[in-house]
Parts: sequence; structure tokens; C-alpha cells
Amino acid sequence: MPTLLDFRRRIRSVKNSQQITRAMKFVAAARLRRAQEAALAARPYARELARMLRSIMARIEEPQHPLLARRTEQNVLVLVLSGERGLAGAFNTNILKKANEFFRSNKDKKIVTIPVGKKGRDALKKAGFTFAGEYINVLTRVDFGTAREIANLITSLYAKEEVDAVYIVFSEFKTVMTANLVVDKLLPVESIQETEEGAAAKGETQVDYLYEQPKEQLLDKLLPRYVETQMLRAMLESSAAEYAARMTAMESATKNAGDVIETLTLHMNKVRQAAITKEIIEIVSGASSTA
Amino acid sequence: MLSESIELVVVTPGKQQLRQSAKEVQLPGADGHLGVLPGHAPLITELGIGELSYHDMSGKESAHLAIIRGFAEVLGDRVTVLAETAEFAAEIDLARAEAALARAQKRLASGDSNIDWDRATVALQRALIRVQVARKYRGAPHSSP
Repeated sequence: MPTLLDFRRRIRSVKNSQQITRAMKFVAAARLRRAQEAALAARPYARELARMLRSIMARIEEPQHPLLARRTEQNVLVLVLSGERGLAGAFNTNILKKANEFFRSNKDKKIVTIPVGKKGRDALKKAGFTFAGEYINVLTRVDFGTAREIANLITSLYAKEEVDAVYIVFSEFKTVMTANLVVDKLLPVESIQETEEGAAAKGETQVDYLYEQPKEQLLDKLLPRYVETQMLRAMLESSAAEYAARMTAMESATKNAGDVIETLTLHMNKVRQAAITKEIIEIVSGASSTA
Repeated sequence: MLSESIELVVVTPGKQQLRQSAKEVQLPGADGHLGVLPGHAPLITELGIGELSYHDMSGKESAHLAIIRGFAEVLGDRVTVLAETAEFAAEIDLARAEAALARAQKRLASGDSNIDWDRATVALQRALIRVQVARKYRGAPHSSP
């Protein structure tokens, strides 16, 4: 039977934890707001650029560009965007589960990964994957320079034919409570017909564009830009999703701590009452025996 | 079928600047300005550093934006502008832009062989167009969405 003092100690310790989780929740909430704004603001540009590129792809017969070359997928590069830190609920578990699912379904190919985010790096290293590069501590504050650096690495690997396809696994911020796990093919760029929106756009006449500049020159500028933009967008989304997950996790942790404190207080009061009752009985019985 | 209006969409990596219907759009193409009217053939161009303007549905010249590099697509009755930066005249801090212009000019005039000539020229163009747009349309009606 725990004594009164034990209960007091437990309650104090739970209260301390609750204070920490509450503080973490507020920090995550503040960062989430900034990250969410950035992620939402980056969406239109990424979407329009992707659409424009796919539309061009659908209209040219044989795209001649190193970043558009289609090869049989033997060497596959997978970028895994995870969280930088733990205590974010199932965020890291989910993204790694999704990545593993992808690895399993591509067992026959040679897989090289680039982890972005510390948690994913650690897990993938443990699992024995080969890295073509690793980026840690870049998702707490996403900046364009890092996205560009990663994009350059990917494009050079692809252009040198060291990899035949590049996929990216990341969490897309949806709402604070939910994130979409996304596996996207970054390279080669799919033409519009290969995607769902293509089916809808099929009806429109496929008149080729007038090109103010030579096609090759345009693609030369558009494609690297496209990879950079998609990379940046994925990083922003993942960062926002991580903060959202952490905020939700810490909120429920704070709530749970509150529940624990309540139950403990209840038990403590019961024990206290029992002790008082016992003392009264002792006094009463003691008094009656002397009387 | 000829439609009467064009949907003009201007996006930058940071935000969607504009989505509006227009009667006519002037774009700063990399190889010269181009005007787009409803019913234009599909077109893709690289954008240079320059000024984008459009006439809204009432036919009067509305907003002007300083555009720095990017791409534009004309498809159907839609003009999509993907610019690195796109700023409304009213958004430009004239004092800062002028300071940048003076800096760029001084750099180029210094004759120092160590400076990156291309970069300095681009900086000058950039500053020049921002100052131009900001000065020209200071106080002009600004129709930000």
C-alpha cells in the first residue's frame, strides 16, 4: 500500500512532465504556424510549374534531355524525408513504414537512399542502406539553399546515369491532425498522359506551343527549377507535418498527464481519509477502553 | 470560339500574387516584350527582367508588376506566369530600390576587375526595373487581390 508521501511524490513528478509537454506543445504550435504558412504558400508555384512541364511533355514527341531520358529502372534513388526529432507521435514510424513498403515492392532493384532528417537517417543506417548523401538538421528551418543543394545532387546522379529513377517519400501536411504519406516520382518527369489529370485533359486539342526560345534551352532552365521546387515543397510539407504531429502528440500527452494527476489525487485522498478514519477509531477505542 | 477575357495567374515561389481576368496582358519576355490578347495560340516563353502590365475587364490599364525572371505559358484563355519575384508597384520600397540601384551603378563604374561582371549587370537590371516600376506608378490604383 503506497503511503501518502508516495502519492505526493508521484503527483509532483507527473506535474513536472506535464509542464514540459505543455511547453513543447506551445513551441511546436508556434513553429507549426510558420511552417504551415510557408508550405501553403509554396503550393501554387509547385503545382503550376509541374503542370506546365507536364503539358510541354505531352506535346513534344521525343524529349531530348538528360533529365527526361527513360531507362529501365535498375538503380533507384529514394529520398526519405523524416523528422529531425522524436516525440512527434507516430510521425517518424509512419514515414519509415511507408518507405519500407516501397523498398519491399522494389526488392528486385538496387536501392540507394538519401535520408533527409535525423530520425530517418538513423533508422536507415541501422537497416543497412547505402546512402548517396545525407542531410540532417535541415528540416527545423527549411531554406531554399538546402533544397537546391539536394536537387543538384539528384540531377547530377540522374544525368550521370548512376540512377534510373528518383522517388521521394514524404509526409504532406493536410490538417493538424492528419498528414498524407506520399511517394512521388521525381525523375524522370512523367508526362501529363501518365497521370490522372491527363485523362481529364485528353479531350483538349494537343496543339504544340509556340516557343519563344529553343525547346532545349527552355527545358534546360525548367527542369532543374522543377526538381528544386518539388524538393523545396516536399521539405516544407514534411516540416509542417512534423510540427503538427508533435503538437498533437504533446497536446494529448499533456491531457493524459492531467488525467493521471486526477486519478492519483483521488487515490491519495482515499488513502488520507482511510488514515484519518483509522486514527479516529484508534482514539475512540482507546478512550472507551480507559473509560 | 473566341472568348473575351484571359485569366491571368501570377505565382512566385513565395505566394500566389495574382489571379484575375484581363483583356490584355503585356509580358516581359526574355527576348522582348509580348502582348497577349484573348484567343492567343499556345505559347511558352522564358521571362527576363521587366515589367508586366495588364488591362482589366473595363479596359483600363490596371496593375503593374516588376518581374524578375521566370516562365510564362499561354494556354487556352489562361496566362500563367511563374516568376522568381513579382512585385506590385505599391509593394516596392522605393528608397531601398534606389539605394540598390546606386550601389549597382557604383560597382560597375568602379572598373574593378575582381567583380563578377554578370552578377553586377543582373543586379543593375533588377534594381533598375524595380525603381522604374515603382516611380512610374507611384500612387496609381493598385489592385492587389
